[in-house]
Amino acid sequence: MMRALLTAGTFLLLLALAAGTKAQLTIEITRGVDDPVPLAVVPFGWDEVDIPPENLGDIIRFNLARSGQFAMTAPVDMLSLPTREQDVFFRDWRIQGVSYVLIGRLERSGEDYRVHYALFDVHRERRLLQNTLEGSRGTLRDLAHDVSDAVYEELTGMPGAFGTKLLYVVAQNIATPNEVFRLEMADADGARPTTLLRSNEPILSADWSPDGRSVVYVSFETGKPAIYIQEIATGRREMITDFEGLNGAPALSPDGRQVAMVLSMGGAPDIYILDLDTRRLRQVTRHFSIDTEPSWSPDGRSLVFTSNRGGRPQIYRVELGSGQIERLTFEGDYNARARLLDDGRSMIFVHRRRGTFHIAAMDLESGEINVLTETSLDESPSVAPNGSMVIYATREQGRGILAVVSIDGRVRYRLPSTEGDVREPAWSPFLR
Amino acid sequence: MNISFMRGFTAGALALFVLAGCQTVAEPEPPPMEPEPMPERPAEPAPPPTVTPPERTQRIDVEGDLIGEDGQPIGRVFYFEFDRSELRPEARTQLSQHARFLRENSGSRVVIYGHTDERGTREYNLALGERRAAAVRSYLQSLGVANRQMSVVSYGEERPVDPRSNEQAWALNRRAELVYQ
Repeated sequence: MMRALLTAGTFLLLLALAAGTKAQLTIEITRGVDDPVPLAVVPFGWDEVDIPPENLGDIIRFNLARSGQFAMTAPVDMLSLPTREQDVFFRDWRIQGVSYVLIGRLERSGEDYRVHYALFDVHRERRLLQNTLEGSRGTLRDLAHDVSDAVYEELTGMPGAFGTKLLYVVAQNIATPNEVFRLEMADADGARPTTLLRSNEPILSADWSPDGRSVVYVSFETGKPAIYIQEIATGRREMITDFEGLNGAPALSPDGRQVAMVLSMGGAPDIYILDLDTRRLRQVTRHFSIDTEPSWSPDGRSLVFTSNRGGRPQIYRVELGSGQIERLTFEGDYNARARLLDDGRSMIFVHRRRGTFHIAAMDLESGEINVLTETSLDESPSVAPNGSMVIYATREQGRGILAVVSIDGRVRYRLPSTEGDVREPAWSPFLR
Repeated sequence: MNISFMRGFTAGALALFVLAGCQTVAEPEPPPMEPEPMPERPAEPAPPPTVTPPERTQRIDVEGDLIGEDGQPIGRVFYFEFDRSELRPEARTQLSQHARFLRENSGSRVVIYGHTDERGTREYNLALGERRAAAVRSYLQSLGVANRQMSVVSYGEERPVDPRSNEQAWALNRRAELVYQ
């Protein structure tokens, strides 16, 4: 049974995604929670004679499996495949140890489609959710993510983040004359990758605007680093800084009006804030050491950043009102690239322990550090907008891949790519 | 002269040349195939000489390498320790040769590229790479090279020469490269 396999931590659930020409990310679930909730996602019905345009049941099943919170019943093990409420026999599911059942069906509605779905509690013999969604052919995957979000929220009490997107960089032919860098965006399950920028020069430090409509990044396309903002829908972009020296680590403020960044035009890498409306530049730190990797607090009143002012890279916080700086990390000789969580009370960052780089979380009140990853050379952590999962970059068999770990370290999955080095993931905010 | 250096010399593993005053210099990469006898050259004074020696035997070859008076390329890749940006002694010796050429050819320009290994975070490494390139620039400046002849670009860990994840690759990737324009 799936549950046993998932908890054994050895089962690889492979999701082959729709064929495409792009580098596809495939999901491999490496570890779930110890006591997952037994859930059956019945294949969605389709009453037409042709092949359904999208396999919604599969998309939803893999979404929910990826959360690590559920033990999924495989369709081949199901005693019946109901698509309507009157065909759901609770006893069938109960004897299989299933606690919740999701059924649904897809219907044509003129040019568009309709998705009906319902979620049942097997033990209480009760319907928990019932809804109908409508959309065009191109939005069916989004509808599957919406259903996943609704089910996830109903069963865990937390909003789902299945409808979010990932931003990441793919590098190919590294250390050859044919190096290519691509900035890509894909669904949170790795599907539908699209290229936002392609260059023979490095692209890095991509991040989202708070409204999810634009991305900010560093590109070396002119032969030196410059910071750009690009609107996703139109591809329209603007170079916002091109100063002498470093132009790096851009981070949009929670209100989207300012960009924190690192510039070295003053001699040393320091943190600056550029106001996008007035184009006024304000220097935040002034120190001969390296200051870099700024990240905004949710209230926009402070930044955390990396500095080696104490001799080694450590994480500091600066209050923007007073300019007051305090050191946050003391454990370990390399702590860097922090991202504050939305609750403002904890952060994730890169932490070196016994010579190996891991992703760690720290409670800002207690200073307690929880190392989340067991791989090495882990970097660039980014948190899902519901705060449940952290995506990060790591290396495996000489290749850069993305991996995901839950914020408590108990659930893990990997998103290996079919080609190139994948790196620097950034999880989008909620998009709808 | 240092005896162990002489042994290395006879083993053909190192190219040696005599510099101003006293220094014996090993140039590690790439090792020339055959060692040349020690050239006899007049000592050259250190920082900015008021009178340039009339004999200009340094030149830039088609590969973009600075060729020294002994006909051997002068190293233009300088290596660093992890998370450090201090120049090693051999880098200083090589850089003094570049400084001499740049002083004597004030129309020449160089770009100094800073690089790191893959360990640590990308933006910190961009800053660290800039530190390394800046260390090269400051040293050349201290030897009398004009600032306008030099520019600095850091690629951080984005442009490794060896993409593998091991000590040997990391050592090769922690570098600053001087490129004549």
